[in-house]
Amino acid sequence: MKDKLKTSRALHFDQLPILLALAALCVVMSVLSGDFLSQYNVVNILQQTTINATLAIGMTFVIITGGIDLSVGSILAFSGIFLGMMLKGGVPAPLAIVLCLLIGCACGLLNGALVAYAKLPPFIVTLGMLSIARGLALIIAGGKNNSTFSAGFRALGTYRIGGVLPIQVVFVIILYLAAHYVLRFRKAGRYLYAIGGNEEATRLSGVNVRRYVAAAYAACGLAAAFASVILTAKLNSAQPSAGDGFELNAVAAAVIGGASLSGGCGSASGTLLGALIMSVLANGLTLLNVSSYAQQVVIGAVIILAVLLDVVRKRKS
Amino acid sequence: MGERILEMENITVQFPGVLALDGVHFEAYRGEVNVLLGENGAGKSTIMKVLAGVNTGYTGTVRYKGEEIVCKSIHEQMGRGISIIFQETNLLGNLTVAENIFLGAYCTRKGGGVDWKRMNAGARRLLDSIGSDIPERAPVSSLSVGQAQMVEIAKALRTQADILIMDEPTSALTEKEVEGLFHIIAQLKAAGVAIVYITHRLKEILEIGDRLTVLRDGKSIKSLPVKGLTVDDMVELMVGRDVSEQFPRIPCTPGGAVLEVRGLTRAGVLHEVSFEARAGEIVCFYGLMGAGRTELMRAIFGADKYDGGQVLVDGKPVPARGCRAAKDAGIALLTEDRKRQGLILGDAVGRNIALTNLGGVMNRFGLSAKKEAAVCGALAQSVRVKTPSLRQPVGLLSGGNQQKVVIAKWLNTASRVVIFDEPTRGIDVGAKVEIYKIMNELKRQGKAVVMVSSELVEAIGMCDRMYVMHDGRITAQFDSPEGLTEEAIMKAAVATA
Repeated sequence: MKDKLKTSRALHFDQLPILLALAALCVVMSVLSGDFLSQYNVVNILQQTTINATLAIGMTFVIITGGIDLSVGSILAFSGIFLGMMLKGGVPAPLAIVLCLLIGCACGLLNGALVAYAKLPPFIVTLGMLSIARGLALIIAGGKNNSTFSAGFRALGTYRIGGVLPIQVVFVIILYLAAHYVLRFRKAGRYLYAIGGNEEATRLSGVNVRRYVAAAYAACGLAAAFASVILTAKLNSAQPSAGDGFELNAVAAAVIGGASLSGGCGSASGTLLGALIMSVLANGLTLLNVSSYAQQVVIGAVIILAVLLDVVRKRKS
Repeated sequence: MGERILEMENITVQFPGVLALDGVHFEAYRGEVNVLLGENGAGKSTIMKVLAGVNTGYTGTVRYKGEEIVCKSIHEQMGRGISIIFQETNLLGNLTVAENIFLGAYCTRKGGGVDWKRMNAGARRLLDSIGSDIPERAPVSSLSVGQAQMVEIAKALRTQADILIMDEPTSALTEKEVEGLFHIIAQLKAAGVAIVYITHRLKEILEIGDRLTVLRDGKSIKSLPVKGLTVDDMVELMVGRDVSEQFPRIPCTPGGAVLEVRGLTRAGVLHEVSFEARAGEIVCFYGLMGAGRTELMRAIFGADKYDGGQVLVDGKPVPARGCRAAKDAGIALLTEDRKRQGLILGDAVGRNIALTNLGGVMNRFGLSAKKEAAVCGALAQSVRVKTPSLRQPVGLLSGGNQQKVVIAKWLNTASRVVIFDEPTRGIDVGAKVEIYKIMNELKRQGKAVVMVSSELVEAIGMCDRMYVMHDGRITAQFDSPEGLTEEAIMKAAVATA
């Protein structure tokens, strides 16, 4: 019996229920609306998912540690405004993008430092950052939008591989592969789960908990800046009001994907499925001519339902 | 002798895996101080929690004022005149003294509004009656520990108490405050209150006790009047038992000092603690609750900061930079609270074991599931963890197996010093012996093993050398298990404060 101390890995896919839910949703939508499965619509859904999916993967890192980041929408706007100004000011696009990512990362790092080292509640810290970053974005922009950028930069948001697949979808896929690798195969990822599971026990296992918590928020800020690059290129405009309220969609995607706000669980694949469920739902309801007001009601209900099912499932096992 | 107000008969309490009380008998008399005495874990607090209605899962009969009662809730028991003052104060810091005293029974006016005037006046009267000048409107958070204790007493006296239970009331008090407390106790006695008094301080018993009930391992040993007893008598009653448990001690041939602690000091907690642990020996730390043993081990491991002193491993100073530095220097700490500090309960057995040394389960692409299964599987087997698989959440294992996972987790590091803080607390006898054997194995491998234990028999049974702590200081050192007597150890452990 003792010989059986092996990890049985066969057929172990935690995200199966979410995948099934997404599949079921697609089936229902395609039955209700003939346009749903058209190439145009499917690409449209993927494109609509990219921003939320990008924010949500950063959010997943933070949520795994047991925290939350409410400031991602504002960081998106703040770093986007910087990007727009730099591009307008003649900074070469590659350099402008790198600086933009650094700014987002720095905002996240500030969040993380305040949470990890000053021991402030994540909710409060990032609520403050939500307001600060948005305010700074508005101040710097001076109420104006920066728009019309070079064709080369715009291609980041508009180019379609083979005339079909938007390039930003590819970016997001690469981002998710990288996140999956970190969470599953790097020490840092394992530590994030451990911290979310039991921070004190992790610290007493000789892990530098504060450093990893700060890094998770920094990664989240980085993801927000990444989203701002895509959004700015897609819209050909940097707006200080961009990303307003996006943080809640990002939390919702992570939570639908199996992350728990009490920390210790969540995954890249789950969050991706969560983000897809949200956009499939929004897209399908639009095709069915459901008003955007009613859509909000449905999406809210889905979030609660998803967590309820998860809780029930875990209680049973 | 006063009237017998309380008789608890054949009280049994079963906690998961442990029989906390085994047919205990206890009586209390009006106008007397009824002392409960026993080692840590003897069941003193448990039986009083039964009486106070805190611990409702008991069997046996309780007769109070001649009638049989069932202890169902703390509220109901207070209504009957049974009040308890807990070991740790249970006050709400943001509320005022008066609000705390009247918690759950605020004075109200018609219509439900709070009658502050009446409540504050009532609190004042109660505080005056115990000779305390604490302002009734002060927030509790502004009080000293001793003052908070006085508020607890006033709270317990709010309802006309016939039985007042005091669980180690003096452990946090200054000498002067203790004097005041004894004065109050004398007053309460005169008023016919039966006082149940739990303490580790034997001299106090001689001073105020009338009747002594001794508990040991959840059984009542003896009940007798205090008059005529000496400290030595009481120590003997507390520990004198047949050593029926077996301890698999192996001979010890110690090498050089591996762990050296020099003058470790943490204000108010540890005072100039120095000791060493050599390769191939088990060093035990005995002491009563609050003696500072856990605090000492946490400081050594870098889990708490310290104000002065030095820790060395193999002659090299360990930087005081936290647990990571201590782990890298070769120290392992198996904390006393494995659920909160030792394990990630929701995580799998394998992941818990791997956590201390993820570098060991990586290949050049990152964490390798194959390697992890091999390394953690081997470790789990080496300490005989019984689990269906390495994927099993560790929270679902028994206490003994959880402890083994904690051990496996630390065997996963290149530790030179392994500190076990209460390694056998709350686990069954069979698993205990297995853990002793693992400690022996570490000893054989030439590691320095440090064990904190609150069980005298265990400490004596396993140690090669022993240090006794009291009040943040080492009060005695025994360099050989030969001729080690429980009486001598206990005396050092209860060294008068």
